[in-house]
Amino acid sequence: MNGVHDMGGMHGLGPLVPEPNEPVWHAPWEARAYALSAATGAWRRWNIDAGRQQIERMPAADYLRVSYYEKWMYALVENAVRHGLITREEAATGRADPAAPKATPPLTAAAVDEVMKRGGRSTREVERQPVYRIGDQVRTRNIHPVTHTRLPRYARDKTGVIVLSHGTHVFPDTNALFQGENAHPLYTVQFRARDLWGEAANPRDTVCLDLWEDYLDRV
Amino acid sequence: MTSHGHEHSHEHGTVPSDPALRVKALESLLVEKGLVDPAALDAIVDYYEHKVGPRNGARVVARAWSDPAYKVRLLTDATAAIAELGYSGRQGDHMIVVQNTPAVHNMVVCTLCSCYPWPVLGLPPAWYKSAAYRSRSVIEPRTVLREFGLDLPEETEVRVWDSTAEVRYLVLPERPPGTEAMNEEQLAALVTRDAMIGVAQVPAPNTVVA
Repeated sequence: MNGVHDMGGMHGLGPLVPEPNEPVWHAPWEARAYALSAATGAWRRWNIDAGRQQIERMPAADYLRVSYYEKWMYALVENAVRHGLITREEAATGRADPAAPKATPPLTAAAVDEVMKRGGRSTREVERQPVYRIGDQVRTRNIHPVTHTRLPRYARDKTGVIVLSHGTHVFPDTNALFQGENAHPLYTVQFRARDLWGEAANPRDTVCLDLWEDYLDRV
Repeated sequence: MTSHGHEHSHEHGTVPSDPALRVKALESLLVEKGLVDPAALDAIVDYYEHKVGPRNGARVVARAWSDPAYKVRLLTDATAAIAELGYSGRQGDHMIVVQNTPAVHNMVVCTLCSCYPWPVLGLPPAWYKSAAYRSRSVIEPRTVLREFGLDLPEETEVRVWDSTAEVRYLVLPERPPGTEAMNEEQLAALVTRDAMIGVAQVPAPNTVVA
């Protein structure tokens, strides 16, 4: 979706303010918000792409106003309601429906380190073979889906070169919608900064994006 | 598309608008329903406070600077080479290491959200997640770098990596002069998080303020 989250190249979004000796979290609630997202995610009712999509669905004015982990909380509550872990009423009141059965958490404290260290690869063994090779020129498609995509606006309808080939990865555009993983070839495409931003850019500078084959056409 | 933002929640219930209180209410609810184990929450917080962080990445960089064969492995199959040092997992399942040289300066961003290589750098700093960095780093990387104190020559290529998939990038900074006699541990102590994101260089040891 052409949302406010798709920020590459926008102007007016404030100054850059690095913080010396920044802590991992700025308040205890941020740590709890993070941990709640990870622990609730262990139910596997939604996937990482659906999680990102839910953040993108936040009303634009809120997205720009609220802090990072408030966005995570928003997405967690919305996905937990949407996928049946909690009800809208429970989310609103903060009180469990007394009639609802008590569940058993899928993630235990003893398993946390192992689960985090194991991660989860997004590559899948599929038959589809890469069409493009390193060095091929490609043009990104001029698409504007109203749902989740990882092709940013600034890189649509632009010509670049394949510089890395990453194998076949789960496709976020369909996975976010629970329409299948649709794993297919993922590449890094390198663009000249001038092809993205015009003559004001340094002629040597480039921008690399990881893009799925379905975002690309041969030049 | 949803029409229910949390900002409307107060219209329907008693959950407060203050994020700290709201998170506390949500935790109570999820624990009461048996959906999450509070001890697991503590363990997750501990993991990201103490077991991952930029010291991990610094060890990877120091090893690459010290061991040419390791550096080759790191630049060929970063996920496996990083796992040799015991670092792996969530948001680091598909690692690529990009090497800074006098000719090419790499820097990493996620314009669409906040993708970042957790196993080697920990959770991202606020500036990395900020709208300012996400918007500006791709269109005016040199200005952004100057604000971080790095003014690169015009003839150096600035190569920005926008993390749009599950591939995660770690920058291998240039080894600073004056470090020839240092061992891996001493080298690791010089390596900064910002240099591994690519918004800084690793300063030579005599320029480090003690």
